Amino acid sequence: MMWRKGAMPPTWREKMLDAKKIRKDFPVFDTGIIYLDSAATSQKPRQVIEAVSNFYKTKNSNVARGLYRIAEEATMAYESVRKKAASFINAREAGEIIFTRNTTEGANLVMRGWGEKNMGKGGKVATTMLEHHTNFVPWQVLAKRKGAEFAVAEITDEGLLDEADLEQKIRGASLVAVSAASNVLGTMPDTKKICRIAHDNGALCFVDAAQYAPSIPVNVKEMGCDFLAFSGHKMLAPFGAGVLYGRHDILEDMDPLLYGSEMIREVHPDHSEWAEIPHKFEAGTPAVDAVVGLGAAMDYLSSAGLENIRNHEMELVKLMLERLSEIKGLEILGPEDPGRRGALVAFTVEGVHPHDISAMLSEDNVCVRSGHHCAMPLHTRLGVAASTRASVYLYNTKEDIDALAESLHKVEKLFK
Amino acid sequence: MEEIYQEYIIELYKNPRNYGEIPDSERAEVSNPTCGDRITLFLKIRDGIVQNAKFTGHGCAISQASASLFTGFIRGKSLEELSGVGKEDVLSLLRIDLSRNPTRMRCALLPLDALKKLLKDVLP
Repeated sequence: MMWRKGAMPPTWREKMLDAKKIRKDFPVFDTGIIYLDSAATSQKPRQVIEAVSNFYKTKNSNVARGLYRIAEEATMAYESVRKKAASFINAREAGEIIFTRNTTEGANLVMRGWGEKNMGKGGKVATTMLEHHTNFVPWQVLAKRKGAEFAVAEITDEGLLDEADLEQKIRGASLVAVSAASNVLGTMPDTKKICRIAHDNGALCFVDAAQYAPSIPVNVKEMGCDFLAFSGHKMLAPFGAGVLYGRHDILEDMDPLLYGSEMIREVHPDHSEWAEIPHKFEAGTPAVDAVVGLGAAMDYLSSAGLENIRNHEMELVKLMLERLSEIKGLEILGPEDPGRRGALVAFTVEGVHPHDISAMLSEDNVCVRSGHHCAMPLHTRLGVAASTRASVYLYNTKEDIDALAESLHKVEKLFK
Repeated sequence: MEEIYQEYIIELYKNPRNYGEIPDSERAEVSNPTCGDRITLFLKIRDGIVQNAKFTGHGCAISQASASLFTGFIRGKSLEELSGVGKEDVLSLLRIDLSRNPTRMRCALLPLDALKKLLKDVLP
């Protein structure tokens, strides 16, 4: 949609994101890259890099141990991010926020801490064909170990979740694992509805929000999920800090994933007692620097406004879908409506291997991902070995999409 | 990178040489998990000499072009000569510089991996 500058109502103008200005906060763009791989990991703004650097310059010390001033400051900095994360996803309390390394660790924590304890022979886990390996393999392994059933809901030919099939598969399950946004098709299942169906069937619901939380406001209370996991590095934060949200009463009853320091209350020669939640799930010294960076990243996102970011992404995805359709032999995977997909577009080009596409795009400094994107079952279902994926975030511009299209025209010419 | 995508590389990708199975032959299959490239190498060996070499599979232009050239290269070689074949042979066949592209290097060396696997596992 085109808006004439003078005709823009002020409320709308406020909602526009100034990507060109935002880009200036990201030093990596000085290298000249056209970065379209934020679904793999986002770039980091100066504010985040400086927050990490300042932590090392002024507060570096271990958390929850030392009693001297900078140790207290480090602990406060670490715990303040927990509060920030709780309000970022509208959790009831900071105690429901567990710092992990990433989404995968969050899923494994639930698999080991809840699954090993509660899943029995004859039990059932339900997931979907849309999933990243992160939200697939842990449940498959859990089911195998426990002699439980592993049910995978189908997708439609358009790439949407087959809700009727999922509803069928949820029957008799004690855990339902679903992603809020697919990392390949961009499909965004109705997680609120799925959580409700899960609960109606006596099952808990784990939501993989890795591709969702970076640009869409998460409200765990409204969604009704029991667990939700995401990675900081996909939302401007450093590597090594992710979040697992879990409902208080469920966390209370769960076993730790790792045992040792930090997670204990008392240790005796013959037995030990665990710390309160969430600390019983955070054994060992955590990645304090990365968590501090996550706090700065959430501040950055909040000040840009997640809704503005989402609107900006939808505009770019719409443009990308238009420009990609110019390329001969290019097939877009997933739903055509930008409003129904996350900030990415995966595609194949007839007669050209995805690996060759991304290598040739790299020659024009265009960074895209090629492969199965850690979603082999989905690619098998789609009948393709691999695909190429371009993803956008708040710092991308229309010029980036133009560069992608131009570079793809070169590929088209070379392989014609 | 565009130097990698020379015309002859793309030509070999579109029209591979020595593509197909050899019945009653020694074979080895290898794959590259990063891109899903997969190659099966077939060798017909008589009196310690490679009488025929072919391949099947799918993958990127580099792996497919490399397999086309490599199968031609090892034809007529003795088993002793085969055991001495290495990375430099493959790279000089391809005539492209991959020294700064470690992931693409793996694609290029896939047929060599298949040969090594065949020599190690299949032949005594």
